[in-house]
Amino acid sequence: MTPSLTAAGIQKAVTSGERSALSFAKASVDRADEIGAGREGLNILLHRDDSAARARARSIDDGIEKGQTGLLAGVPIVVKDNIATLEMPTSCGSRILDGYVSPYEATAITRLARQGAVIVAKSNMDEFAMGSSTENSAFGPAKNPLNPALVPGGSSGGSGAAVAAGIVPIALGSETGGSVRQPAAFCGVVGVKPTYGRVSRCGLVAFASSLDQIGVFGRTVNDAALGLEAVAGLDPLDSTSAAEPVPPYHDAARGSLTGVVVGRPREYFPPELDPSIRERCDAAFDAMRTLGAEVRDVSLPHTSLAIPVYYIIAPAEASSNLARFDGVRYGLRIEGDGLQAMYEATRSRGFGREVTRRILLGTYVLSAGYYDAYYKKAQQVRALIARDFANVFASGVHLLFTPTTPTPAFPLGAKSDPYEMYLSDIFTCTANLAGVPAMSLPIGRVNGLPVGGQFMASHFDERQMFVAAFALERALGANV
Amino acid sequence: MAVTPDDVRHVALLARLGLTPDALNAYVAELNTILEHMDVLSRVDTEGVEPVAGIGAAGAPLRPDDNKPVELARAIADFAPKTKDGFFLVPRLSSHEEPGAA
Amino acid sequence: MSSDARANEDRYEMVVGLEVHVQLKTRTKIFCGCSADFGAPPNAHTCPVCLGLPGALPVLNDHAVDLAIRAALALCCNVESTSVFARKNYFYPDLPKGYQISQFDKPLATKGCVTIGTRVDGSKVNVGITRVHMEEDAGKSIHDRFPGATAVDLNRAGVPLVEIVSEPDMRSTAEVDAYLKTLKQILEYVAVSDVSMEEGSLRVDANVSTRPRGETKLGTKTEVKNMNSFSGVVRALEVEFARQCAVLDRGGKVEQQTMLWDANAGEVRPTRSKEGSHDYRYFPEPDLPPLLVPLDRIDRVKKELPELPDARRARFKDEYPSLAEYDVAVLTASRAMGDYFEAAAHRSGDAKAAATWIMGELFATLKATGQTIEHFTVRPADLADLLKLIAAGTISRSAGKQVFLAMVKTGDPPAKIAERDGLLKVSDDASLARWIDEVLADNPDEARRFLGGEKRLQGVLVGYVMKKSNGAADPKRLNQLLATRLGS
Repeated sequence: MTPSLTAAGIQKAVTSGERSALSFAKASVDRADEIGAGREGLNILLHRDDSAARARARSIDDGIEKGQTGLLAGVPIVVKDNIATLEMPTSCGSRILDGYVSPYEATAITRLARQGAVIVAKSNMDEFAMGSSTENSAFGPAKNPLNPALVPGGSSGGSGAAVAAGIVPIALGSETGGSVRQPAAFCGVVGVKPTYGRVSRCGLVAFASSLDQIGVFGRTVNDAALGLEAVAGLDPLDSTSAAEPVPPYHDAARGSLTGVVVGRPREYFPPELDPSIRERCDAAFDAMRTLGAEVRDVSLPHTSLAIPVYYIIAPAEASSNLARFDGVRYGLRIEGDGLQAMYEATRSRGFGREVTRRILLGTYVLSAGYYDAYYKKAQQVRALIARDFANVFASGVHLLFTPTTPTPAFPLGAKSDPYEMYLSDIFTCTANLAGVPAMSLPIGRVNGLPVGGQFMASHFDERQMFVAAFALERALGANV
Repeated sequence: MAVTPDDVRHVALLARLGLTPDALNAYVAELNTILEHMDVLSRVDTEGVEPVAGIGAAGAPLRPDDNKPVELARAIADFAPKTKDGFFLVPRLSSHEEPGAA
Repeated sequence: MSSDARANEDRYEMVVGLEVHVQLKTRTKIFCGCSADFGAPPNAHTCPVCLGLPGALPVLNDHAVDLAIRAALALCCNVESTSVFARKNYFYPDLPKGYQISQFDKPLATKGCVTIGTRVDGSKVNVGITRVHMEEDAGKSIHDRFPGATAVDLNRAGVPLVEIVSEPDMRSTAEVDAYLKTLKQILEYVAVSDVSMEEGSLRVDANVSTRPRGETKLGTKTEVKNMNSFSGVVRALEVEFARQCAVLDRGGKVEQQTMLWDANAGEVRPTRSKEGSHDYRYFPEPDLPPLLVPLDRIDRVKKELPELPDARRARFKDEYPSLAEYDVAVLTASRAMGDYFEAAAHRSGDAKAAATWIMGELFATLKATGQTIEHFTVRPADLADLLKLIAAGTISRSAGKQVFLAMVKTGDPPAKIAERDGLLKVSDDASLARWIDEVLADNPDEARRFLGGEKRLQGVLVGYVMKKSNGAADPKRLNQLLATRLGS
């Protein structure tokens, strides 16, 4: 796989008959072998089924001959291991689902297949998406392909790394507090979190139901746009999915920033922000101005409350969502002396440290006597955070632009304090809380490491976000 | 609000987590540290603010009452830890064990 | 009642509220398209949603909402335009997600009322309905099928339920029994459920507390569960009330706990769970937006509501004054029975005759054949026509009974049967005379005596002619003709 080949390039080559889908599938897994994507190496891919991928690619090629086509015909794709697939296990990076093969597939997977994509692997992740570094995986940490001493970010670290390493041009991840955008920033690729409800959650193993969304990584903005287009849209199997029509996001490449008002929320540019990151953001703002945008100072006053709010709501919902892992119907079962012993042995052996911590925290904040002070309060403050965004977008601002993360990728093992790790989400989790779409793209390097800048738009205005991202990507060009 | 070992014990029981005494103590400390950061929320004025209750001004979508479940591609016996005659099997409950009993 | 029980009754008052769970009669489950039917092999009706597989999500059944609204309106509740689903979190092997999707502080309906009887002074005895909410059923755990194991069948998991919570308005087991029967009848009338405790489509949990007579404050309540019939509920409450009275007599305090009824032993026993261990950690279900029920939907369901039992009883009393109160009660026991009666009464023009026939021959036949009124071979129109034939004198009443039996077997209309089987009433003198002659010839001894003047043999001879004519002979004319031959 030529690292510079994009999804659009592959699709064109395959549908024109110039190259076979099979050759791209082969190139993809060869690349994975070449860089050591497996357990002994970077550990970014957990499962592969090369023969199934080849068979799928062959059937795409057969279809092409018959005149069939697809938005992603022949494009190899990696999927985060918390998204249900029929082939290959869905372990969520956890021992409690080690070896579990889902008997149904996620709607997003069905839609990718309908567009001709070829899924080549399931990627490593923080256990049950709880983490910001992919160090919480039961199957060992993943390493950043740009520098294996560093984390790729999390929780969708494996997917971000797979795109960065040139294994695939598009990968699916999931977002709850920034788990696509942050690894995208750490790995130097594009990462998109859609509006809550934009992409079906059917088949995405739930972490925090009111925050989760399947997100898309792309080599380029266009890759991410194509990936989102393929999976977005109403799903009758997900009551929280939205009926909004899905525009052709890749068309946003033809958009312009003239007259677009981009907000610069001061809370995301605190005095202690790394000066190099600030500089990269300033350069991005300059580029936007050159392209005809107006940059305006705005405020999202409740930003500093986002982490406490997030770390009450997400664990609370998670504690309930993870109750189904009890050894009764699927997954790991450790027999014990009686039913309660079986539950406890299974769950204590099956869940890792961070997951256990969050289940305890979540159960605590929902428990009698604490519900009002914690969970209800957090949901109220969440409404205030959402209102901040609504107010800004109602004031004539079309987009917001901020750093994606406070630092570039950090070393493995650097953040041992849980709360310190939670702070990695400081710029990203607001979008999840408010439900607004957000995307990160590379805006430069700091000490040789990529950093990301993030656009945020109002609900279901992904197109606006893509217009700006396409334009900025073009303007920054090879400088990233 | 300080979290005590009894609190964590109680919560671990509710969540069927089976913690060892060492693990319990570690979690007590960690939870206290984390929850300290949440104290800031108690100082926020949320008078009259409705808690976020999911998106969807259109309300819960309703599906017709026709028999079209999502098919399983694999039989239950293939993925279940223990089955017999089509039932899931678990260790026998004692006769008066009540649902939800701690 | 024992003297102990009477003493308790004198000094203490029981206060009872009931929580009744009713399975709604939908084709599919509440949150997935699996069949909600009973009786399939274990786990045959399952899918990712009701198995609680990772990643599966609930989608609400429209018809279940209609049935729930219907039930709520039939109980005179106020249906909320917005209600919210909530998760009730606990661990049990037949609860696949580790939580039940139910409704908590924003239920579908509130503030209803049912009238369970009338006092001697004519005032109504009412029981308030606190709330009606929707939730999903759990699966079944079977403890004695395999040694050392519990078998779990999730066919029932996800079947739609409404939970009907009453105010603590009941003050005796008689009121409890009346409430349950009234509730069952109302819900059967509006066709939302099979409401059978035996089949499990209706389940009852009771909350009971005790206080000294005259006291207005409520005592501590216990929850009583595991009753399988209305009489079981009554017995269990009698036993628990007696137990609470004994505690109070000793100067003790009733402990808040859950008691399980053991029908075999006739005892209640506390469950093993510790107090305070039921922390369900309710929170709004994030996978389901709030349920919006616009006014026009409520209006539509209200318009489609059939006549309810109380209203029907009042109307029958009014429209059919020939019926006794007992008749009205029997004929309105089920909606189908009332519908049948009315159809027959209107077509035949004689409500009393219809009522008598239904409560007599028809009920006996249903019992003997095991048929239900809904699927009875004799349609109300045909019964009405039979009654008209009898009223017109075309067939005798006893012939009518034979025609009815044939109708039950064949479903044919009465006129056709009467003709075919020669049951049309024969009143012409020639035919009657011929039968009389035959009977006299067959029975020379009685004939001689009757013709000799023994009047009391007339009835016997009438019987013989009725038999010979297969019931077709017109008994009135027959008697007149025989009378002329007496002493001849």
